[in-house]
Amino acid sequence: MQCPKCHALMQTYNRNGVQIEQCSGCRGIFLDYGELEALTRLESQWVQQAPPAAAPPPAYPGNAAPAGPAWGAVHGGHQGHYGHGHGSHHRGFGRMLFSS
Amino acid sequence: MEAELVEGLGRLAVAGGGGEPEVLADRPDGTVVRAGTVVAKAHAADSDHTELGARLRIASAPPLGGILLAPVPGGPPEAFLLGRRVTLWPYAEPVDRDDPDAAPWEDAAVLLARLHTVRVDSLPGPVPPMRGPAKVARALDRLSGLDDAAAHDVVFRAAAGLPGWARGEGPQPPSRVLVHGDLHLGQLVRYGGGPWLLIDVDDLGLGEPAWDLARPAAWFATGLLAPEVWSRFLGSYRAAGGPAVPGEGDPWGALDVPARALTVQSAALAVVRARREGRALDEVDELLLETCARMAGRARVDVVS
Repeated sequence: MQCPKCHALMQTYNRNGVQIEQCSGCRGIFLDYGELEALTRLESQWVQQAPPAAAPPPAYPGNAAPAGPAWGAVHGGHQGHYGHGHGSHHRGFGRMLFSS
Repeated sequence: MEAELVEGLGRLAVAGGGGEPEVLADRPDGTVVRAGTVVAKAHAADSDHTELGARLRIASAPPLGGILLAPVPGGPPEAFLLGRRVTLWPYAEPVDRDDPDAAPWEDAAVLLARLHTVRVDSLPGPVPPMRGPAKVARALDRLSGLDDAAAHDVVFRAAAGLPGWARGEGPQPPSRVLVHGDLHLGQLVRYGGGPWLLIDVDDLGLGEPAWDLARPAAWFATGLLAPEVWSRFLGSYRAAGGPAVPGEGDPWGALDVPARALTVQSAALAVVRARREGRALDEVDELLLETCARMAGRARVDVVS
C-alpha cells in the first residue's frame, strides 16, 4: 500500500503478531483497526514483566523518538534492549562499545 | 614469537616512559604495551607500510592538534619489530569500561565533526583511503572461515544488499573528507582530566564521513543504544557543524549504508568471537543477527517491489 502522507511504498512488519505498515519514505507507521490496542496490551504486559530497575520506556514511539532506519528495531515498548538492565545483554553490549 | 613481540615493545616503552611494562592489548590488528608515560604499539602485520606512514604523518600534523593524539615527538622514525611497524605514543586515560553510561558521547561527536572539517589540502599527502570497508570484508572472510558459516547466511545476505564499496569491493565514492574509520569508545583518551582526543590512525583516511557515525547509529538501530544517547550524539555532531548528515531532518539517507555495513561487520565478528571463546551466542549477538535478518528481508522486498 501507499503512504497516505507522502505516497511512498509502505512495508509490512510483524511485531509480536501485530502487523505494522511503515512507510519507506517518511517512516510513518500505519495501524489497522485494533492494532493500537494490541500494541498497548503487549506494552502493558511488558511493563508488568519488566524488572523494577528498568527505566520506563517512552509510552509510544512519538515525537521525541529519533528517526531510525526501516530495518531497525522498533524503539519504545518491548523492543528496547538498552537501558540499565542487569541481564547478559548489558555486559555483551559493554564489550561491543569498546571493540572494532 | 608473540612473547618476543610483547617483550620488545616493553623494552621500547620502558626506554621512553620508565616504570613496569603492562600489556594493554594483544590482537592480530595491534599489540600495545604501556610503561609509565609511554605506549608502544606494533601495528598489524599486514599493514600497508606506505599508507600507515602517511597516516602517522597526518597524526603529527598541526591541523589535527586537539583532535587526534599525536605520536611521541622524536620517536623512532621507522622502527620495526619482527616485521611489524612500531610506534610510540604518550599514555592517556581511556574511557572507563565499567561505566559506559558515563561515556563522553558528546565529546566524541564534536571530535568527529572537527575531524571531518579538517581541510584535506592542509595535510601532508597523499592521504590514503579510510579502511572501514576493508574491515567489513575482513570480518566476512573470518565468518566464511568457520565450518558452520552457512548457519549464519543471514549475515552474507545482509552484506549482499550493500553496495560493493561498503564491503570493500571496488573503490569508495570519491571524498575529500578525513575520516577516522573505526570509531568506538575505545578510541577516546584524555590526559589527566583534560580534553578528550581520538586515537588509532590505522584506518584513517579519505572517505564517507557518515562511516564514523555509523557504529553508534547501528547500535541504536539494533536496539542496543538508548534513543536518548543516540540523540545526544547526533545532536552534538550536528551542532558542531559535522558534514556527514544534513543539519536537520532525517539523517538516515546518509547513515543507512554505513550503518548496515557496520551491523554486518559486528554480526560477523560476534559469531567469530563467540566461537573463539567457546560459548553460545549471547543476547547481543542474537540481536545483531536479527537485525541482519531484517536487512536481508528488506533487500528481498525491494527487488520484488
